[in-house]
Amino acid sequence: MIRVVLPYHLRTLAGIDGELRLEIPSPITLRAVLDALEAQNPVLRGTIRDHVTLQRRPFIRFYACKEDLSNDPPETQLPGAVISGIEPFFIVGAMAGG
Amino acid sequence: MSKIRLLIGTKKGAFILTSDGKRDQWDITGPHFGGWEMYHLKGSPVHPERLYASQTSGWFGQVIQRSDDGGKNWETVGNEFRYHGTPGTHKWYDGTQHPWEFKRVWHLEPSPADPDIVFAGVEDAGLFKSTDAGVTWNELPGLRGVKSDLWQPGAGGMGLHTIVLDPLDPQRIFVAISAAGVFRSDDAGITWKSANRGLKSPFELPDPDAEVGHCVHRIDMHPSRPDVLFMQKHWDVMRSDNGGESWTEVSGNLPSDFGFPIQVHASEPETIYVVPIKSDSEHFPPEGKLRVYRSRTGGNDWEPLTRGLPQKDCYVNVLRDAMSADKLDPCGVYFGTTGGQVYASADNGDTWAAIVRDLPAVLSVEAQTLP
Repeated sequence: MIRVVLPYHLRTLAGIDGELRLEIPSPITLRAVLDALEAQNPVLRGTIRDHVTLQRRPFIRFYACKEDLSNDPPETQLPGAVISGIEPFFIVGAMAGG
Repeated sequence: MSKIRLLIGTKKGAFILTSDGKRDQWDITGPHFGGWEMYHLKGSPVHPERLYASQTSGWFGQVIQRSDDGGKNWETVGNEFRYHGTPGTHKWYDGTQHPWEFKRVWHLEPSPADPDIVFAGVEDAGLFKSTDAGVTWNELPGLRGVKSDLWQPGAGGMGLHTIVLDPLDPQRIFVAISAAGVFRSDDAGITWKSANRGLKSPFELPDPDAEVGHCVHRIDMHPSRPDVLFMQKHWDVMRSDNGGESWTEVSGNLPSDFGFPIQVHASEPETIYVVPIKSDSEHFPPEGKLRVYRSRTGGNDWEPLTRGLPQKDCYVNVLRDAMSADKLDPCGVYFGTTGGQVYASADNGDTWAAIVRDLPAVLSVEAQTLP
């Protein structure tokens, strides 16, 4: 069970209260989490990564276990503490307001 | 008695204002989608309870919302705007070619005949159409075949901001793009031609016959006379009497012919409204006086409308999609400002009142006349 924390606006858009929990088969990679997240919540398609290129949107960040995974390749496996459900996977709106 | 519903898009959410036909008391709901930029909301002419809304964010991209109960409840629909084929390139600020990149939906235009058909004007400039009430979108790529390698973004981006559907001829569509100009299709959007003859932009386009590249800010049409178009250009107020084949200037005695919106009266096809702005460098009203100008002669002769509008120390702007008119008699006219005020006139523009004052910067105003 993977725990995912979304930013306020995406929780509101998807009608999610609190953390999201996803069942994902191994290997649990960045791409696998995003695929499962979008499959469970189709309204989030295009809001975290581009529809076509699947590139992370410029002001979205990925964090886990106090590490910034934003620029890691999509096939990067998540840390063990996230895979075991001890720590959540954070999707964050970057501080870019100026 | 008829009812008026105003759909207000702002930099930080949408608001819906309603009033009875007297238009002196207004109820407000919102913010809907608080914190998001709501570029435009518009209702279907044939099913007014169906609303479409463009919700966008620098963080989270584009979302399209649809309501079937006049904005009480909303459903997220399709947000995949994929350019047809290989999108190609357009002119960039430095004169080089730059790849086409989808950024946001500026304007939504529901069909006057079918509530499931809606058009979207997007940045980078393109026209999309949905035939399933916003669930899926397909580009009408012929538009970008009209010398689009010469299209260049203006300071606000290269947005397709105006879509005018001819109510008498479903094959005819006009669009306007900053800074490319006006384009017309006579086959429902398959093929297009530029419609910019007569526009003059001497500094930006020294070639007086330049086919594209004009910074058109807004066009409007009276539904009873679809061959007559009015335009607020970057500079100049223009009209065309032949479906955009040619344009003539009708700026006349305006204190400034720079501005963004232009609006045609609902029942008087020769009555038009503009809000002059001092200049391209100073986007606020001349002399700090917020004045709507009305022409009852289709341009050239303009009168200032000031009653109820601030006549000193006013430095707001009125953006291109932020003016609208209802269909009652006398005609109600509405506009929103970058200062968050929405002004309404229930008497053709003779007198005005702020019906809400402290919204976020207003991006768009659409008036719906309901039974």
